[in-house]
Amino acid sequence: MRRRHENIAMRTLLALFALFAAGAALAVEPDEMLDDPALEARAQKLDEQLRCVTCQSQSIAESNAPLAKDLRIIVRERLSAGDSDAEAVDYVVERYGDYVLLKPPFQTNTYFLWAFPALVLIAGGAAAFFFLRRAPQRAVAADALSDDEEKELQRILDERG
Amino acid sequence: MNRFALLIPLGVFIIVGAVFAAGLWRDPSRIPSQLIDRPLPVFNLPPIEGFDEGLSSDHIIGEGEVALINVWGSWCVACHIEHPLLMALAENDVIPIYGIDWKDKPGDGTAWLERFGNPYTRIGDDMDGRVAIDFGVTGAPETFVVDKQGRVRYKQVGPITQQAWDDVLWPLIEELRRS
Repeated sequence: MRRRHENIAMRTLLALFALFAAGAALAVEPDEMLDDPALEARAQKLDEQLRCVTCQSQSIAESNAPLAKDLRIIVRERLSAGDSDAEAVDYVVERYGDYVLLKPPFQTNTYFLWAFPALVLIAGGAAAFFFLRRAPQRAVAADALSDDEEKELQRILDERG
Repeated sequence: MNRFALLIPLGVFIIVGAVFAAGLWRDPSRIPSQLIDRPLPVFNLPPIEGFDEGLSSDHIIGEGEVALINVWGSWCVACHIEHPLLMALAENDVIPIYGIDWKDKPGDGTAWLERFGNPYTRIGDDMDGRVAIDFGVTGAPETFVVDKQGRVRYKQVGPITQQAWDDVLWPLIEELRRS
């Protein structure tokens, strides 16, 4: 009986592991792939950075949309023609704008976007710092012992000592 | 000082709320076109089945007229919505409409036009979708307004509704014709 429970627990764990360990399935079809495995690997890296413009929240590596397929083919054509990774990406960006990049570039109009998490962290840290520095002082001031209490405390301590 | 500090979270909430509220009204499918105020991409497309003339960028620029370039396909459901409006424009000679038949199977585009009517001055067959990608097309239908110098001035994403025509496209076309 116990054995069986362990078995089920084990299986659940395995299933969960498989679920989270599995990457997104690649949409690239065998006939699109390049013969040169090194070039194909580069192309797949680039696919992951490019947004499928018809589906928007997927990369072209994951999407089965016809336009995503066209873009995958273009990426492979550019690489086969001797483009660097950056040149191949630029070719697509020139047509679809920075929007196709799943990771926005660091440039004038995105400084705020990139800096925002750091700014929030600094602001929160500063707020926490000032709050925590002030809080204990207030507590001590409010709970200071009166003269009578002070004497009583001394008496108890003396008795023990 | 302390009272003022209490208002900070409220202030932050209002600002964040305003940003999100503004975001609700934005359509994420409207990707800004890279072509605005830039010359037409150079292209030369063959005719679709049953037609003698294809469509090239040189032809459009050569006419020197304000024109529409409409990307469509027989497979495109939303193209039906704007089709009557395009037909009305063509029948009244309002503006030349150039068609790019995007990723259609041979003959499908022609059959569609025979069935519903042909509003296009000229049509190019973009079977592999390369020209559409040069235009930065993200879906059909999309319509580009081209000025007399052959520069792209506006991109309509999705069907041209009567409202889009009255409020945006027609005023823009009139303005471009005057300049």
